[in-house]
Amino acid sequence: MENAFDHIIAQLPYSSPFLFVDGLTGLTSEYVEGYYQFRPESDFYRGHFKDAPVTPGVILTECCAQIGLVCLGLHLIENHIHAAKGVIAMTESQMEFLKPVYPGEKVRVRGEKIYFRFNKLKAKVRLYTADGTLACKGQIAGILNSTEG
Amino acid sequence: MKNTESYKEVLEIISPYLPEDIDPKSVTLNSHLIDELNINSAHLVDIVLDLEDRYDIQLEDDDMQQMQTVGDALSIIAAKKEK
Repeated sequence: MENAFDHIIAQLPYSSPFLFVDGLTGLTSEYVEGYYQFRPESDFYRGHFKDAPVTPGVILTECCAQIGLVCLGLHLIENHIHAAKGVIAMTESQMEFLKPVYPGEKVRVRGEKIYFRFNKLKAKVRLYTADGTLACKGQIAGILNSTEG
Repeated sequence: MKNTESYKEVLEIISPYLPEDIDPKSVTLNSHLIDELNINSAHLVDIVLDLEDRYDIQLEDDDMQQMQTVGDALSIIAAKKEK
C-alpha cells in the first residue's frame, strides 16, 4: 500500500538484514510512529539464545533508533532549507528492557522529540508489542551530519 | 563575568561531560573544549543547552562555533547577559 511516509523510508541508509522499519503511521515535527515485524529467520536468533530465540536488546534499540530517531530526524532535516541531505549518527542511548520480544512479533515504536538543536536530535522512544504492552523504552540521541548536494 | 564564581559555575556544568581521563582540576580558562578536554560534539550541544538553562540565555549557531575554550564560554555568556 502506498503510504504518505514512503519517501522517508526510502531515504533510510539501511537495508536488509539491518533495516528494522516496515512502515510509518504518523510523523510530525514533534513525534513519529512506525512498526516492524521481526523476521523469525533473522540470523541473530540462531545464537540469542541457543534454542530459545529472543530479540536482542541491541536490536530493539536499533529498531527504536531507526524509527524514533532517524525517521524523525530525516523529517526534521527535510523541513530545514539548508540541509539537502543528511546522515544521522547515533551518539547516545539509555534504554530499559521490560519484556522479551520473540521472533515474528510485530512491534510499534513511538519517538517523541525532546530537542533538536545545533544539529543534535534527542528523542524519547517507546517500543510496544502487538497487545500494546510496553517492551522497552528510553532516550536516544544522534548528531546530524549534513552532506550538501 | 570572568570572576572566580562564574568560572566555577561553568566548570560545574562542563564537568559531567568530561571524559574519565580528564581531571576537572586540570581545566583552565584556556582549555580547548574539543581538542584538549576531548568533549565530543554531541556533548558540546548538551553543555550549550545546560548553559542556556543556567543563565536564562539563548545561544545561536555562531555562539556555538565561537565557543572554543572555557574562557570563550564565559565571554559569550557575559555578552548575552548584557543584552
